[in-house]
Amino acid sequence: MMSARRVATALADPVSVLSLAPDQWTELLAIARAERLDGSLAYRLADLPLPAPVAQALDEARAQAEFGRTQALWEVEMARRVLAPIGIVPILLKGSAFAFASLPAGVGRLVGDLDILVPRHRLDDAEAALLAAGFEWAKTSAYDQAYYRRWMHELPPLVHADRGSMIDVHHSILPPTARPSPNAAALIADSVEIAAGIRILNPADMIVHAVTHLLADGDMAGGLRNLWDIDRLLRLFASTADFWTMLGERAVLHDMREPVALALRLADHIFATPVEPRLAGYDRLRDGLYVRRLLARDGWGRPTRPFTRLAFYVRSHWIRMPPLMLARHLWTKARGV
Amino acid sequence: MHALHLRVGPISFRVGSAWRSPIAALRLLYAGYPQPDEGIATVTARIGPPMPWRRWIRAQVAIAGDHSLPDTVPMALRHGLLAAEMAMNMQVALGERRYLLLHAAAVERGGKAVILPGESGSGKSTLAALLGESGWRLMADEFVLIDLVSGLARPFPRAISLKNSAIAEMESRIGDPTRFGPHLADTPKGALRHLRPNAEAIARMDEPARPALILFPSFGFDPASDGVSRSELFMRLTEGSTNYVALGQAGFEATLRLAETVPAARFAYPNSATGVAIVEQFCAEAGL
Repeated sequence: MMSARRVATALADPVSVLSLAPDQWTELLAIARAERLDGSLAYRLADLPLPAPVAQALDEARAQAEFGRTQALWEVEMARRVLAPIGIVPILLKGSAFAFASLPAGVGRLVGDLDILVPRHRLDDAEAALLAAGFEWAKTSAYDQAYYRRWMHELPPLVHADRGSMIDVHHSILPPTARPSPNAAALIADSVEIAAGIRILNPADMIVHAVTHLLADGDMAGGLRNLWDIDRLLRLFASTADFWTMLGERAVLHDMREPVALALRLADHIFATPVEPRLAGYDRLRDGLYVRRLLARDGWGRPTRPFTRLAFYVRSHWIRMPPLMLARHLWTKARGV
Repeated sequence: MHALHLRVGPISFRVGSAWRSPIAALRLLYAGYPQPDEGIATVTARIGPPMPWRRWIRAQVAIAGDHSLPDTVPMALRHGLLAAEMAMNMQVALGERRYLLLHAAAVERGGKAVILPGESGSGKSTLAALLGESGWRLMADEFVLIDLVSGLARPFPRAISLKNSAIAEMESRIGDPTRFGPHLADTPKGALRHLRPNAEAIARMDEPARPALILFPSFGFDPASDGVSRSELFMRLTEGSTNYVALGQAGFEATLRLAETVPAARFAYPNSATGVAIVEQFCAEAGL
């Protein structure tokens, strides 16, 4: 069952929804919500003559997205106020960056936690300032704390005691144990100032980061949304003359050439994103497996293809750490530490 | 998946179940309810086994849908109807963005609504069920929907869930046995039986009413009543709303308007007859 294809088609080609039957509308809404793409879909379909019940449901999704955007921008401002006095200029990542920079990927997109990137040598300062400003550890076990600090590309997540909002402070975009090793110093050095005291990644690096998020960091849960981010960003950036050259260079610099190529092929396959063929390369046999995983939902919004999902779950750990370390980590987690 | 489509007030559900029996029970309970407008249900609620084998072996029911909460405890299949009801409630509680949701019952007379907010056990469902059979129109027993623009209360006349002693009380008053769902014993909420609102409540489910009085009931105490200040009313309404925060400024303004314009009081009552009498007394004083 690959019913999520319907959401992908509606996003890529909004006019296609005009031929949907009533039950197909119900399925489309359920799957879009399951993939957290209902806000994006609501904006994509906003100008079409839709059946009244659908138009109402999408109005609600837009209201929800608008509220989320307000909150996300507020959290950015809160972080800026904490970090500016100690001379740290945070680089916004993912949803917060899209919202703050008003990028098309941010339209209707749910923003979860605030993700920021800071230079590794300022990590301790950032942590101390955030703790002093009312943030607390979300994970307090000694093992989790030690694990994050030794092996992760971010501090253990911090939650604000009053606002309940979460902030992830990164010093890189992949764990040091992962197979690819992105160049964090270059990410920071070549970032772009977008407002006083706020930076975002440059366009090519933003794509590379979106690709790490999609393919190199996790079991592809929420993958369709991440791929939609990539589609939106590519369509915008591709209008710049030397973008594809830059993307090729940055992908090599960050040790992400293969994953970037795969992501381009997947975007082309699922959203018909125009991509540079020399960068995307030829279709591989395993591409189909990724497509199946990305679209694995039934008409009720339920996950399907349990074995494909399990395979990607195993893969997510496999690519994140070497086998012996993985065994030790899983053993510790299984003992409930 | 077995499925049922139905509309309750402004919300159109598709309810799905891995088993046939909960949908069959739901279909009987909601006999006479309209179909979704244009045939399009926009909210999906579903129940299914938490693990694949739980569909057959020691069957368990987990509630889910468009919106779900982590760590909801699965229930026994014999309580499947209750699980389906809870799945529908969860979608409304977590997903609704057009109306401010108040965790309250409500009844209407002459275009004016009396809103009875309260936690489980406050007796709001029983009071609303009784009033709904004696000269009032039942609008809701669980969620009252406040229109963000007009401030009017929209009916959401779901099946009323009667608990423990309220079951026998309503059985003795209502002659029509087809309005009741099956007896559900030993549910997480005790003994439970659903009651379909009467034909008038269903026929007029699209007719809103102006909030005119807010009464906070407490069941099981000697009769007493007391005023509720504007500030306390505001706080209690925000506490009792599942989507107040998510509605942002619109939610704040709708709540503020209620707190500033609708008189409110609290009362305690030892039994339903006294409770109904106290509500009627309040209404007489307020000119309803």
